[in-house]
Amino acid sequence: MSFQKSLFIPLAAFLAMTIFLGFGFQLENAKVLPSALIDKPLPNFQLRDLQSGQMLRSADDLIGEVALVNVWGTWCPNCVIEHPQLLKISREQNIKIFGINYRDNNVEAKKWLKKYKDPYAFSVSDDEGTLAIDLGVYGAPETFIIDKSGFIRKRHVGPVNAKVWKEELKPVVDHLRGLEE
Amino acid sequence: MIPELGNFSLMLALALSLGLAIFPALGVRTQNVVFMRTGSSLALGIFFFMLGSFFCLLHAFVNDDFTVTYVANNSNTALPLPYKISAIWGAHEGSFLLWTLIMSGWTLAVALFNRSLTTDITARVLAVLGGLNVGFLAFLLFASNPFERSLPFHPQDGADLNPLLQDFGLIVHPPMLYMGYVGFAVPFALAIATLTAGRLDSAWARWSRPWTNAAWAFLTIGITLGSWWAYYELGWGGWWFWDAVENASFMPWLVGTALVHSLAASEKRGVFKSWTVLLAIAAFSLSLLGAFLVRSGVLTSVHAFAVDPLRGVFILVFLVLVVGGSLFLYAFRGGLSKNRANFSWQSREAFILSNNLLLVVSAAAILIGTLYPLFYEVVTGGAKISVGPPYFNAVFVPLMAVLFLFMIFSPFSKWGDTKLGLVLNENKWWMLVGILGVVTTSYFFGNNVFFYGLLLKSLGALILFFLVKNLLQRVKNLSASYTGMFLAHSGIAVAIFGVVITTYYSEGKDVRMEPGDKLDLSGYQFEFFGVEKVRGPNYLADQGEILVTRDGKKVALLRPEKRFYPVAQDVMTEAAMHVTPLRDLYIALGEPVGEKAWAVRVNVKPFVRWIWFGGLLIALGSFITLFDARYRAMKEKAAKLFPLGVAT
Repeated sequence: MSFQKSLFIPLAAFLAMTIFLGFGFQLENAKVLPSALIDKPLPNFQLRDLQSGQMLRSADDLIGEVALVNVWGTWCPNCVIEHPQLLKISREQNIKIFGINYRDNNVEAKKWLKKYKDPYAFSVSDDEGTLAIDLGVYGAPETFIIDKSGFIRKRHVGPVNAKVWKEELKPVVDHLRGLEE
Repeated sequence: MIPELGNFSLMLALALSLGLAIFPALGVRTQNVVFMRTGSSLALGIFFFMLGSFFCLLHAFVNDDFTVTYVANNSNTALPLPYKISAIWGAHEGSFLLWTLIMSGWTLAVALFNRSLTTDITARVLAVLGGLNVGFLAFLLFASNPFERSLPFHPQDGADLNPLLQDFGLIVHPPMLYMGYVGFAVPFALAIATLTAGRLDSAWARWSRPWTNAAWAFLTIGITLGSWWAYYELGWGGWWFWDAVENASFMPWLVGTALVHSLAASEKRGVFKSWTVLLAIAAFSLSLLGAFLVRSGVLTSVHAFAVDPLRGVFILVFLVLVVGGSLFLYAFRGGLSKNRANFSWQSREAFILSNNLLLVVSAAAILIGTLYPLFYEVVTGGAKISVGPPYFNAVFVPLMAVLFLFMIFSPFSKWGDTKLGLVLNENKWWMLVGILGVVTTSYFFGNNVFFYGLLLKSLGALILFFLVKNLLQRVKNLSASYTGMFLAHSGIAVAIFGVVITTYYSEGKDVRMEPGDKLDLSGYQFEFFGVEKVRGPNYLADQGEILVTRDGKKVALLRPEKRFYPVAQDVMTEAAMHVTPLRDLYIALGEPVGEKAWAVRVNVKPFVRWIWFGGLLIALGSFITLFDARYRAMKEKAAKLFPLGVAT
């Protein structure tokens, strides 16, 4: 049978893509704890405070008590969906939430917080995405739990809703707080 | 009892699908005409049982049968009836039931309307569709069964439908989208049938065209509705987010667009046949890939369904079998037709070729952007990166600008060769007037001039100019295909104006308003009267009241809402809008910021409706081509040749 080699290109491209998808899929199944940083200290950083635009913030500003670190952006529709739950947590749970504003426009981000209200103790502008990459962020939103010494204890990928909070995050927070007492 | 009946119907449909995948193919192999013709009755049976099963789930929803887990998770006694019905496709299992029902519908349609095909090709097409039905039904029954029960302990009331989905847009968006996705299975099946038969001639292109146009039109409507829904329901006035799930529907649309055009060239001139077959395979493969991305949880997004590893593995294996198998077949058989390319670089063939290249490159760029985070992670062993709108806009918009440039010449392009210089020379003054018109109107009405905006608007104006000019020359002799092309291309121009003007000239303000406060924006005055509590069927709401006036005259009284759904424990922003063809007034209620003060977002969005109107024009044009006299003549000719009918 005669055939042209060029006709095999689509097949080869597809097979290559499938192998990636297969690998990616397995990685995602390990979604519960994919961060290499679990039980490691928060990576250090020097980033501007979103609201003031001037003040520099570093990892030290986040350390001291059990807290949530939430990665968000105005370009991220999931963050809008997640937002009411974060507001609720910050209002009712007596826990600080720090925001990492990931690769965003500062003006838009401030407007966004004004519009949807601001649950964050403060947000830092991660314009270049360096901190997000150090944290191993896959996309927004992502939420990390840090303990009082600034060690990352838990990572959640995707929006936090009532169920995720109750079943995945709150137990960790309660456990960490229990250890402190 | 009823849910078990639904489940049993699914099993019967699976058995019949197995029969459909096997018997007609066996008939082709053994040259047995009786076997070849079993296809239509089997297809009818599959559709019948799928419909039965769908009605069983409908029954469970309407009667609040919370013993069915899927109903308990997605409905509630207080949910209004239309949403109880649309809740069927509100989550993974039920939406896949709808998907499979639609698949069986297209299969039946092929079994009914195939008179112009030979018996053996019909048998092959139906066998391929049967095989796809088997895959979908097996997935439905074994990995996402909507009829599973939680007995003996079942919830007294349901968890309610996600409030985001309690909306008219979401009642119609998924069925349209699935009609498109699954509709591409028909040209796909025909491509596979002709490849296996080794008969890659113009007849298959002629037969594929109406089916492709129909599926593509449905997909266009689905995407348009999705964009419209996102605009008013996500509460911040955006209409396209380059979200992974949007991309999943946009990629098959782009490749489908390429297919619609290259089929024309294959039918009329016998060129690009091998390429067209590849596009037919690609369009359906991307639909399946979209399903994988949305349902496996590989990518998170607004629309993502619950993650289940088993489902992901199942779809991935199915994807490899279907796509890998067909590309394997293509690699060995795709070269059977020898193209005798004989056209100049100014010919319609050349234009269609550039259209195809640009569309396929755009689709590939979007595919790369969508999958890049995954690739990056695999290659670097866990390092993660995120790709957002900046990438997609930077890549997609310039490609489209070049595409629109070619589109200008499409109405008067000719097969073989076009006297391009002559046409340009004849119209140079008109073209100049058009561009100057765009520049001056933008300058006077927009306050601002943006180069990219001007470029795109000028392209849009020129596309419209040549379309209308060409229409006036041909107005006495309009075929359905020509009318369809005219409408679809005008739709693109209309959408260009909508997108560009909304993007560059929208005005918006976020303000704190107390009762009596006034705000001026774009010549309108907005007066805030305050907020009162209202009660809906399954929610409580804060409803604001805002009077909009212009030059002292009342324009509208708008009532945006902030709704709280107690069962789902969710808060939703229900924006209020006043709509005219030239602009939307869009008001969304934020949070309370004081005793009686509220955060209010006010937007004036000029021309935003043109985006969706353009989308609908495109779909309408594509539907109209189905009525072309060619296809009717084809049927009549076939009826004369075979007075008893062929293969029905």
